[in-house]
Amino acid sequence: MLLKFIVAAIGASTPLLFGTVGETLSEKVGHLNLGVEGMMSIGACAGFMVGMMTDSFLWAILAAFGAGVLAALIYAVLTVTFMADQNVSGLTLTIFGVGLANFIGIFMLGHSPSGTLKLPDGITAQMRGVHIPGLSDLPVIGELLFSYSPFVYIGIVIAILCTVFMRKTKAGLNVQAIGHNPAAADAAGISVTRWKYTMILVGGGICGIGGAYCALIINGGVWISNNVGGLGWIAVALVIFAKWKPLYAIWGSFVFGALRVLKYYVPASVIQLPTALYDMLPFVITALILVVSSMRKKRDHNIPGSLGVNYFREER
Amino acid sequence: MAQQNTTPNQAEPSAVGEYAIECRGVTKRFGTVVANDGVDLTVRYGEILALLGENGSGKTTLMNMLSGIYHPDSGSIRIAGKEAVINSPEDSMALGIGMIYQHFKLVDVFTAMDNIALGTPGRRLPARELRTKVEGICKGVGLTIDPAKRIYEMSVSEKQTVEILKVLYRGQKILILDEPTAVLTPQETDKLFAILRRMREQGCAVIIITHKLGEVLDISDRVTILRRGKYIDTVNTAETDEQQLTELMVGRPVSLEIDRPEQGELNSILKAVDLTIRKPDGAIAVDDVSFEVRTGEILGVAGIAGSGQKELCEAIAGLYPAEKGAVLYRKENLIGKNPREISRLGVHLGFVPEDRLGMGLVASMGMVGNMMLKTYDAPKGPFIDTAPAREQAEELVDKLSIVTPSVDTPVRLMSGGNVQKVLLGREIVSKPSVLITAYPVRGLDINSSYTVYDLLNEQKKDNVAVVYVGEDLDVLMELSDRIMVLCHGKITGIVDARTATKDQIARLMVGGKEEA
Repeated sequence: MLLKFIVAAIGASTPLLFGTVGETLSEKVGHLNLGVEGMMSIGACAGFMVGMMTDSFLWAILAAFGAGVLAALIYAVLTVTFMADQNVSGLTLTIFGVGLANFIGIFMLGHSPSGTLKLPDGITAQMRGVHIPGLSDLPVIGELLFSYSPFVYIGIVIAILCTVFMRKTKAGLNVQAIGHNPAAADAAGISVTRWKYTMILVGGGICGIGGAYCALIINGGVWISNNVGGLGWIAVALVIFAKWKPLYAIWGSFVFGALRVLKYYVPASVIQLPTALYDMLPFVITALILVVSSMRKKRDHNIPGSLGVNYFREER
Repeated sequence: MAQQNTTPNQAEPSAVGEYAIECRGVTKRFGTVVANDGVDLTVRYGEILALLGENGSGKTTLMNMLSGIYHPDSGSIRIAGKEAVINSPEDSMALGIGMIYQHFKLVDVFTAMDNIALGTPGRRLPARELRTKVEGICKGVGLTIDPAKRIYEMSVSEKQTVEILKVLYRGQKILILDEPTAVLTPQETDKLFAILRRMREQGCAVIIITHKLGEVLDISDRVTILRRGKYIDTVNTAETDEQQLTELMVGRPVSLEIDRPEQGELNSILKAVDLTIRKPDGAIAVDDVSFEVRTGEILGVAGIAGSGQKELCEAIAGLYPAEKGAVLYRKENLIGKNPREISRLGVHLGFVPEDRLGMGLVASMGMVGNMMLKTYDAPKGPFIDTAPAREQAEELVDKLSIVTPSVDTPVRLMSGGNVQKVLLGREIVSKPSVLITAYPVRGLDINSSYTVYDLLNEQKKDNVAVVYVGEDLDVLMELSDRIMVLCHGKITGIVDARTATKDQIARLMVGGKEEA
């Protein structure tokens, strides 16, 4: 039972992990992008449609990533180049992204002879849990470590790569300098604009893959509207919970993944709660995290100091 | 190989005496405003050039063109003998120009060494390797710093050292410093100048931007003077004096004397008793201070920036809570009263924060609106009456010769000097009995500064108790009657300004001892 719970929790945590890591990249250069939900929705839509048409998992992922990049590009142009308000731009992106994904979904449904949109068998097989001969057959460990959809491993690898990038590379240090004090980075000869674009776009792409997980896996390969369902918002809060560290995002999203599947694994004989209460749980905890983290007094070296503030070189 | 990579951009071997920078006829316009008009500036390797000019004379604009933030509209810039096009800070750095801005460009949460290596090409060095390298550079020029210390734990002087190390680490031979001494104690200034001299010996070209004449004469070899964007002259430091430099800078003979009228009736009016104030982060800002402010005199407050001046002023004005102690105004304790109650009693704070508009004035409102901020509660009822405020504003414009298109023009469109006159004038028209001013001449040109000194002296003659928190020791000593010196939130001495020496005050500013 516990094993099943953990395995389910890891599955449920995957879209959050993508969203959190993607948003972390954007926030590291000082751009609070509230458009995660929108970027994930657009990624979900692109990933599902391309996956359905090409019957290829690889193409689906690439399409989701590309769509996420394009969605983030809207935000980057608005906030980096035109210096529009970050909150408004991000919220707009969410409204736009969710709406666009639903619109395309309904449009495609209207053209589907069967009245539903379902993924073909080829891609479903590619996305199924991996099976590594030998390893996957080990008792407990096999199921705990080597039984997941490729998405899970991609997510963890991305989180680790981002951590190495931030901690070990020169570019990572430069990026963090931009987030803390863009004027200082600029004066040190770092191209602030280029790195802001890069990080926001790559972050958007990663969010897009998270969205694809929602569309391809969660609903058993059938398209439904609003398939991201608020996970993008939880990801925004998770960035704070994970203290802007991609590695912590793995544990953070696991906790929330566990909360989301809890209702299926608490035996009715132990405690009987309405499912609505369980559904509410992640959001209540999100709100609590935001309250608690705003009360934190200690200086945190990871919070990008210029978060939410656009940089204009000639302003002084 | 890695070692090679991390000391990049070394300008070609440069002979002492050759031109490092040669600007000819550089012009820059912002809309209709000509910020730089045909400016010539040259500096050689192995030379320190002072760039002198009042606020708005175009010093910073010129330097921003050298550092790649602006691009000149016309004219030529040659670096190390070659025509240069500087489009970004990266270009400027590649040409071997190191810029130290007045507001340091450091990442607060990074360590000194991470800041020093930031943005340099090559791989990221492991901490130990980087540390050795930074320490090696320090030894070369006689600097001391802890490379692993984070910037936010550093004093202003340490931060400046980091900025200098950034330039040295990149092997840049041209160093430009924008008002580097504004934030330093006299001792720290001496130390900085010693370092600059050593860099000169090593063949660096140094440009130092300042408006402090004493420093110009002390450190530079030549002086280039700008006035209202125009190039005026370049003189050899050895052949000039303060009077000549001032005339070149202001454009006409100016008396450098500050008036100090006789003290009026000296009645104790405000008394701080065992006042202790804590910052939000728990550090002590003001530590158990007691002093007395008397009518008819100017009490100067000296101290290194951040010694508790701000908190002290704000606590008296009711903007900041005190932990312990009392501020007695005619036997009434001000601690615990809100700003409005305190201001009604006649204790006024004319605080000029670093950005002038941050506190005290609403940038997007005109003078009338800003006057209203102090009087909004005068008439009873929910409606406001702008007529008296308008009258007051117009009176101020006349009296202080404030330059503004109208009293409704947003103050953010006014020049710094005029904004400060509004800020101070507003407090004065309400006829205070205690006037606290903090840095009222910060960023003002000589003429505006003297207007402010005259205003304060007038208040003193009217038997107002004036507290003047200042940064320029010379001014403090000429203007005040008594000088109270703060160091780390403690009063290290209250001296008679007529008899005290500069050295004595400088020593008190660092707690009475030499400080590393």
